[in-house]
Amino acid sequence: MNRKYLGYLFEIAWILPSVAVPIAFLVAIVITAFAVGIAVPGNVGRVDPKALSTTAPFDQPGLRELASGRYEAVVIAQLFNFTPGEIEIPAGSKVTFIVTSRDVIHGYKIEKSPINMMVVPGQISRMTTTFDTPGEYYIYCHEYCGAGHHLMVGKLIVTPAKTASANR
Amino acid sequence: MATARVSGVSVAAERAEVGVFATEYRLTGLNLLIAFIALAIGGLFGVMQALQYNGIDLYKPISPILRGGYYQGLALHGVLNVLVFTTFFIIGWLTFVTSRSLGIPLASRALGWTTFGVMTGGLLIAALPLLLNNATVLFTFYPPLKADPLFYIGLTLVVVGTWLLLINQVMMLRRWRAANPAARIPLPAFMAIVTMTMWVICTFGVATEMLFLLIPWSLGLVPGTDPVLARTLFWFTGHPIVYFWLLPAYISWYNFVPQQAGGRLFSDPMARVSFILFLVLSTPIGMHHQYTDPGISEIWKLVHAIFTFGVFFPSLLTFFNVVASLENGGRARGGKGWLVWVFNLPWREPSFTTQVLAMILFAFGGAGGLINASYNINLVVHNTSWISGHFHLTVGTAVTLSFMGITYWLAPHLTGRKLWSPTMALVQAWTWFVGMGIFSHWMHTLGLLSMPRRTAIGAMRELHPEWEPLLPIIAIGALIMFVSAILYYLNMVLTITAGKKDAVPMVPFARAVSGPEDGPRVLDNFKPWLVIAFALIVINYTPTLIRLVSEMQFIPGLRSW
Repeated sequence: MNRKYLGYLFEIAWILPSVAVPIAFLVAIVITAFAVGIAVPGNVGRVDPKALSTTAPFDQPGLRELASGRYEAVVIAQLFNFTPGEIEIPAGSKVTFIVTSRDVIHGYKIEKSPINMMVVPGQISRMTTTFDTPGEYYIYCHEYCGAGHHLMVGKLIVTPAKTASANR
Repeated sequence: MATARVSGVSVAAERAEVGVFATEYRLTGLNLLIAFIALAIGGLFGVMQALQYNGIDLYKPISPILRGGYYQGLALHGVLNVLVFTTFFIIGWLTFVTSRSLGIPLASRALGWTTFGVMTGGLLIAALPLLLNNATVLFTFYPPLKADPLFYIGLTLVVVGTWLLLINQVMMLRRWRAANPAARIPLPAFMAIVTMTMWVICTFGVATEMLFLLIPWSLGLVPGTDPVLARTLFWFTGHPIVYFWLLPAYISWYNFVPQQAGGRLFSDPMARVSFILFLVLSTPIGMHHQYTDPGISEIWKLVHAIFTFGVFFPSLLTFFNVVASLENGGRARGGKGWLVWVFNLPWREPSFTTQVLAMILFAFGGAGGLINASYNINLVVHNTSWISGHFHLTVGTAVTLSFMGITYWLAPHLTGRKLWSPTMALVQAWTWFVGMGIFSHWMHTLGLLSMPRRTAIGAMRELHPEWEPLLPIIAIGALIMFVSAILYYLNMVLTITAGKKDAVPMVPFARAVSGPEDGPRVLDNFKPWLVIAFALIVINYTPTLIRLVSEMQFIPGLRSW
């Protein structure tokens, strides 16, 4: 065969999977995000960071039980801690985290869970997930926020029992 | 034709040519000098960070000079390595590539010096607040962290300076086309111009952020700024900037490495197509850095994810084309079999080996990048040390190690002095490869264990028990790279100051198996591709930007360091 056409054949043999494989990945992503429900944060709304103490729900940060096994955690991130810093829920709980910042940009990442959000002053970040395995999980601020950034760590406690309370 | 040359011993003609390009060579040399000084200082802070993870605090001894500790060092590490080193190297390298490939000097040498002057001036202005701990906002400078206005002004000047190179390139291309009306643009010059065009388009984002948000705000002219709008404008530039770093390395992989391997580039048309795809697809994808941001709709994030997968395609084309070119070289040197030809490649040639090792680690970086781009899978790794591990494979190796590899022939070419020690250069390349492989692998692992990036791990109140045994490995990787860097700088300093006065080696331009005549001429016409590039940017960014501007909040600034 002509060398040039052999070259084209090699190119086609590479190009076809180079298109097909990423498309297959994308299909998998769309299914998990919109059918299985592993969603990324979206556009929830704005809030005035100077008026948090008078704006619901941030006027009362903490954990609220909405229904049996269904919780809402309202969290304020600030230099260099989270309010509340510790959250306790029973295993099997579905929790919606509603987070904002009082000052600069922070992060909110709960280890071993899909909760991973940027926390931006003026914006509301929201994500929901279910915690099945009892244990203590660190919550990290994962965006540089200043001299004490590495001290900004919270904790999520998933208890085996059915009782729950929010400290602070 | 420049592209028809072969490397090897010098000839009188080459020496005469070098004389013609004296100004270009001086500019290239000065840019490279600043680039590698920046890399040396920035790199030292990298080693200090890895030691700090293990409780070895070297910030206290230097606190009389730099009082900002870990985070000031981190700001210097990022700004010097990914902004200063890359930008200065690239402007010098592309000045060289464009003029030698077209065979004509800069259209305006005064403009060439102005480019250098504006960039260097900007660097000095930005360096002042950085060194005084008044700009410890890291290289992403997310507001409302508020730096000294000189930091923003200086960086803006560096960017504006780079734009001037494109003006010079366009004038050179016009002049070249007038003299060669029927010829195809030589591939190296074509790629250099595409790279700068892409860069000028995408820096519209960060320039807007600087001029309309950060500079007026830091000067106190407006009471606050909108963080999500600023982030969106930053990442408008912040993703394509990685292609601004990468494409100059690709230029070397496509146009010089095949020649150094003893073969030819597999396909010139395929190479042109990949660069045009980068021009079209690099910019309308920046929101994939904002998957976890509030204030941006999931649908636009998904659209950007889809286009990000699109820009993976030209990198796959590059992978195929470059490996096929290496195979061509291996076979030309007597290699046989499916893979045995690999052993026939010139592994004792430092510039070649350095760049091929960079390519190998980049394959892992590319695969990791696809994971980061994968919308909700990114939730596992976003802002963890996985990301730092990732970009130390891409910009920290594919780009940095390739740039080092380029200097192994370019520094002797520019100075007319022989490389001091090819053996030392080979050891340097392999130690970087091993050190970075170790460092990066375990940074990825620690990221999966939720270790946050950009964090003074050694100063945390409570260290995660799962991280503890892995942290020393990070330091080992960093120290191996430190040794590698010492070998590099020692070799370079000795080459420049005491290298044997040698005849000037030739520029190793590669020829192609399948030349430009096998591809359509429309590949050399920038206009249709620019129209598509602009259209995609408008579609993918306008709705979000209009909404963010209309909702704009003035969040006050803060100095929290």
